[in-house]
Amino acid sequence: MTTEVGSESEVNKQDEQIGSDTAQEKPDEEAPESQQNPSSEPEEVKSPTSPPAAVVSKSSPRSQKKEKDPSESRGISRFIPPWLKKQKSYTLVEVKDGVERKEPAEPLLEEAAVEKDESAAEEGSMARGDAEEVLERKRQGVRADEKEEKHSVSSAETQPAKEDSKEIEVAKVEGIQEEKQEGEAAKRETKEVQTTELKAEKTAQKASKKIKTVPCKVILLDGTEYSCDLEKRATGQILFDKVCEQLNLLEKDYFGLLFQENDQKSWLDPSKEIKKQVRNLPWIFTFNVKFYPPDPSQLTEDITRYFLCLQLRQDIASGRLPCSFVTHVLLGSYTLQAELGDYDPEEHNSDYISEFQFAPNQTKEMEEKVIELHKTHRGLSPAQADSQFLENAKRLSMYGVDLHHAKDSEGVDIKLGVCANGLLIYKDRLRINRFAWPKILKISYKRSNFYIKVRPAELEQFESTIGFKLPNHRAAKRLWKVCVEHHTFYRLVSPEQPPKAKFLTLGSKFRYSGRTQAQTRQASNLIDRPAPYFERTSSKRVSRSLDGAPVGVVDQKDFSGPAGDVSVYGPGIASHSMFQDGDGRREFRSPTKTPQLQFTTEGKKNSLRVEGENIYVRHSNLMLEDLDKTQDDILKHQASISELKRHFMESTPEPRPNEWEKRRITPLSQQTQGRKDHLFKMDILPVKEKQQIPAAPIVEEKAQEMDKKRAPTAEGPCSGANDTVKSSHETLNVVEAKKQAEVGKEERVITEGVNGRDKVPPGSDPGETRKVESLAHKDSPSLSSENSSSSSSDSEEEDVGEYRPHHRVTEGTIREEQEENEEELEEEKEEWASKVVQCVEAVPEASSVKQITVETVVQENVVSQKVSGEKSLKEGDEQDMREETEEEQHRVNGEVSHVDIDVLPEIICCSEPPVVKTEMVTISDASQRTEISTKEVPIVQTETKTITYESPQIDGGAGGDAGTLLTAQTITSESVSTTTTTHITKTVKGGVSETRIEKRIVITGDADIDHDQALAQAIKEAKEQHPDMAVTRVVVHKETGITEEEEE
Amino acid sequence: MGTPGEGLGRCSHALIRGVPGSLGREGEGVAVDLPPLDLAKAQREHGVLGGKLRQRLGLQLLELPPEEQLPFGPLLGDIAVVHGDTALITRPWSPARRPEVDGVRKTLQDLGLRIMEIKDENATLDGTDVLFTGREFFVGLSKWTNHRGAEIVADTFRDFAVSTVPVSGPSHLRGFCGMGGPRTVVAGSSEAAQKAVRAMAALTDHPYASLTLPDDAAADCLFLRSGLPGASPFLLHRGSGDLPNSQEVLQKLPDVTLVPVSCSELEKAGAGLSSLCLVLSTRPHS
Repeated sequence: MTTEVGSESEVNKQDEQIGSDTAQEKPDEEAPESQQNPSSEPEEVKSPTSPPAAVVSKSSPRSQKKEKDPSESRGISRFIPPWLKKQKSYTLVEVKDGVERKEPAEPLLEEAAVEKDESAAEEGSMARGDAEEVLERKRQGVRADEKEEKHSVSSAETQPAKEDSKEIEVAKVEGIQEEKQEGEAAKRETKEVQTTELKAEKTAQKASKKIKTVPCKVILLDGTEYSCDLEKRATGQILFDKVCEQLNLLEKDYFGLLFQENDQKSWLDPSKEIKKQVRNLPWIFTFNVKFYPPDPSQLTEDITRYFLCLQLRQDIASGRLPCSFVTHVLLGSYTLQAELGDYDPEEHNSDYISEFQFAPNQTKEMEEKVIELHKTHRGLSPAQADSQFLENAKRLSMYGVDLHHAKDSEGVDIKLGVCANGLLIYKDRLRINRFAWPKILKISYKRSNFYIKVRPAELEQFESTIGFKLPNHRAAKRLWKVCVEHHTFYRLVSPEQPPKAKFLTLGSKFRYSGRTQAQTRQASNLIDRPAPYFERTSSKRVSRSLDGAPVGVVDQKDFSGPAGDVSVYGPGIASHSMFQDGDGRREFRSPTKTPQLQFTTEGKKNSLRVEGENIYVRHSNLMLEDLDKTQDDILKHQASISELKRHFMESTPEPRPNEWEKRRITPLSQQTQGRKDHLFKMDILPVKEKQQIPAAPIVEEKAQEMDKKRAPTAEGPCSGANDTVKSSHETLNVVEAKKQAEVGKEERVITEGVNGRDKVPPGSDPGETRKVESLAHKDSPSLSSENSSSSSSDSEEEDVGEYRPHHRVTEGTIREEQEENEEELEEEKEEWASKVVQCVEAVPEASSVKQITVETVVQENVVSQKVSGEKSLKEGDEQDMREETEEEQHRVNGEVSHVDIDVLPEIICCSEPPVVKTEMVTISDASQRTEISTKEVPIVQTETKTITYESPQIDGGAGGDAGTLLTAQTITSESVSTTTTTHITKTVKGGVSETRIEKRIVITGDADIDHDQALAQAIKEAKEQHPDMAVTRVVVHKETGITEEEEE
Repeated sequence: MGTPGEGLGRCSHALIRGVPGSLGREGEGVAVDLPPLDLAKAQREHGVLGGKLRQRLGLQLLELPPEEQLPFGPLLGDIAVVHGDTALITRPWSPARRPEVDGVRKTLQDLGLRIMEIKDENATLDGTDVLFTGREFFVGLSKWTNHRGAEIVADTFRDFAVSTVPVSGPSHLRGFCGMGGPRTVVAGSSEAAQKAVRAMAALTDHPYASLTLPDDAAADCLFLRSGLPGASPFLLHRGSGDLPNSQEVLQKLPDVTLVPVSCSELEKAGAGLSSLCLVLSTRPHS
């Protein structure tokens, strides 16, 4: 022990010295050293570092270990899954630190030795330091190395004094420098090498301990600063918690920490390490309100309201929250009342007020009015005054609106405002558009573009994707994140888990990790403490705060990475579908079913896929959907390109009243997207038709039989139920393969898709890929014939050229994306692979699933019969069947109009039977509305229940004749534990139009999720979303793992 | 900033301006294509309107004298947008009408309102393109009002969301829609009106009920609270003499006292209820 202590003390001194003298030189010294020892082994290392080594004795095992780690990681790192790797990287970091410390220290060794004597006191401090570290780490939940822990424990025994504040400081400084230098994998590696070389374990350890703290400053809302030292690897949450603790703030979910980077301000992600987010030192943050509570009176504690007030005063004084004169006066008077109390003519002479800033441009007149009003507030307590303040402030139209500068497709400057209710579009101060959250299907960003996909407006037939140009990539990402967070916070009951099935996560895995408003409200109801005392400081300080500028206004050019980033690119699509599969499997446990579901969606989604390849990219919860334009839409789309262009024009300020509703800010690229979808569908159409042939004669009543028939067939090929995942993948691949057979343009697309696919599986299981291919082959002959016909439809595509840029983009994007995931660049692929594996494993774990089909029917104008029997969407298969029958009927009736087009997407699904295994078929028909049959695949052990509730009314005519199907579209969205697939069909029959919306909501989760509640919620939401529609049918299908008992 | 919604229509004063003889004379007005007009009848209607405002609604009525050089002077709803303690003096699209602002400005100033003016030469704004719902403003981008003009509305009434609504067709925004209550938008059934209403619905954070009237002009009504708080508010609207078809639907509006007036003759000069008077409260926050 003694020896160790001694060494430690030495180290300390070195550090000190370094800190004071050589800290700056360090980098230079480092470089040469690092080059020396790529391959050094533990033992060798000792010798070079002799001075420290001499002191060291016990530490050697430890050092060895350490060395080992880096080397391992170095060698294997590429092959190990990311989670493993992460651990390693932690260690590496530590080591690094040590090394760095060490290097500079060497020159000083002599001095250090001389000073040895002093060490006693310092030893203590060191030990202290260790102990602290350990504690901290534990708190953080970070895994500390065993060695370190041991060490710290042992040293902790010495614990006497603690006066090494200096040292720590030094460490911080150095740490900072390190930060700057590091940050990239390559560098890390060099450092590892160094470590090995140096081998000064103790030094390293000591150094690392010290180095690991970083000074950190937080500017609070009252303008004061809070400083603390954070372990270098601390997450944002740790700092945030510290600050909240300091502030005595319990309702903290409304707040967050901002940091400035390249003139932009970003929110510190609590779940990530600070150092990975904040590149620049020193660490300075501002504590701010992140989510403005729409109704501050619902906050539980006055102290929370107080901080909100402080924030708003800043916002107002800085002009970020615009107010009229009157409101400035009113709010100012409440501020005075809160901070100064009742107006006292003696104490409050005419000057007292000018210390406060109420408005960006405060006039004498305003101040006078403020005083006048202040006098009238006599008797209001500070808390009451704050409440009054908030009651008025919350009504301001820009309250809680987070503005982001952008340009529309025409290059016109606009602002995007993210708020509790959705997304607002401003031009100058004018609101020119608004997208409530429910209206937004998907949010994505790519490069510096930000896209929202919105539901079709009342009179429109197709969804539109609207693109905005942000100043740069980071801004786009930041906006996207803010949107995801706001949506989650205000709209969801609980945050979505960060993507579990990680197929999807090629892009950002970012999700809001905090509590939602609902949760935080619940939590604050439980707050049970006497109202904490706090002092209201004068708001004059407020104006000093750095926070004046709106978040995210400025352009930043620093981001060196390739400009774009896409979260889901070509492969992403594949991944997307895979995700669904994986997910599906989890949820349903019936491998067979999954693929089908997949396909159902797939069918419609061919378009989606294409989209994904080209454009899409990041999904936030709400928007995992894909809605694909029905063919109808697309036709329309094509037909009206010129019209669209006109619409685009409208996004300019020039009033174009007539077309207002159709106004689009969609960039051209987006349009082409639509077309692509079209293309795909065309291709697929023939297939479907083929498949349909057998089904054609069958009438609806026979649907059930059909299903049954089909089910077995489907099962046949895939008898090996095991490879659930595979099967699904395969399905996809087949499709892709088919496409490949097709002509030029498509091929491009396809290839990409394929590529993407390849990327995914290689790590995971090659076998799968092979299989897929073979399948593809099988299919191809049959498909080929159809291709010819499809090619004709291809001819419609004239502007293929327009796609190209997208492709290129896509490819480029992959790289970028990876880079963008700052930390684990190369790990992406590995992650993928590993994730795939994971998912497979995860399958059996899935506990219970409820599938709910809510059918809503709207009757426009007049009554009409249900068009084509009710489809209970329980099973993709079933649905498909239905769809077919439906279509068939139309034809029979001779009412065919757009029919083919409409049904197309669904029909595609039919092409899969060879691949798909059906586990269970449920049919609910006009004739029979309860559930039907279930087939279980051997492997999967599930229990399924299906219950159908149906309102008696509309059912009547269902069986007989269907009208003409006008449009059909499918929208899928995901949130926390639910996946919602919305299928909208519009039909016209005898002049009566009917819109039918079917929602399939899959609620997944373990036993701890209250399914019934979730179901109720889902139904409620469905009702809310379509207030003018009636819920005619609810089918509950429940699937439970046998092991777990289900609640009903 | 008062209480949104509930403060809608609170007023103590009404401002009107007499009908000059020049209004009826062809070629003298700005719009030459207006149909000939029975000046006497128009003046009679105007007189009745003033009477209703004063006696039926109990408002302090201020009447500016007619000026022959300003044939459209009576349409002072185009000249100012008044909310709370603030009056925004507009910059009418028609250059010939711009001199109208002087008299109105002075009067409003005398009433103690904060006067805001449009200095921007590129901005045009007709007051009747502005609809205040109690919670927010909508500015119709019509052939009289441009984006810049709307922007100035937003700049003036900063507490509120100000949204732009494209207006097609021959009328101002207020020509086919208005407020029938704090949460009720009434609108005509024309294409333009319905489009505008849909646009507004998409733009707002607040849900409004919407009542569709057969006649666009019937929707050009004024929801006014002139009495004591708690007293039933009034709805000044075009009566059965003018627009018989819309009367029945108007009856559906809850909790308002309907006050029908007629201005079919003035209408020929492009006037509507919203343009014929300005209502304001001198105690906006009481």
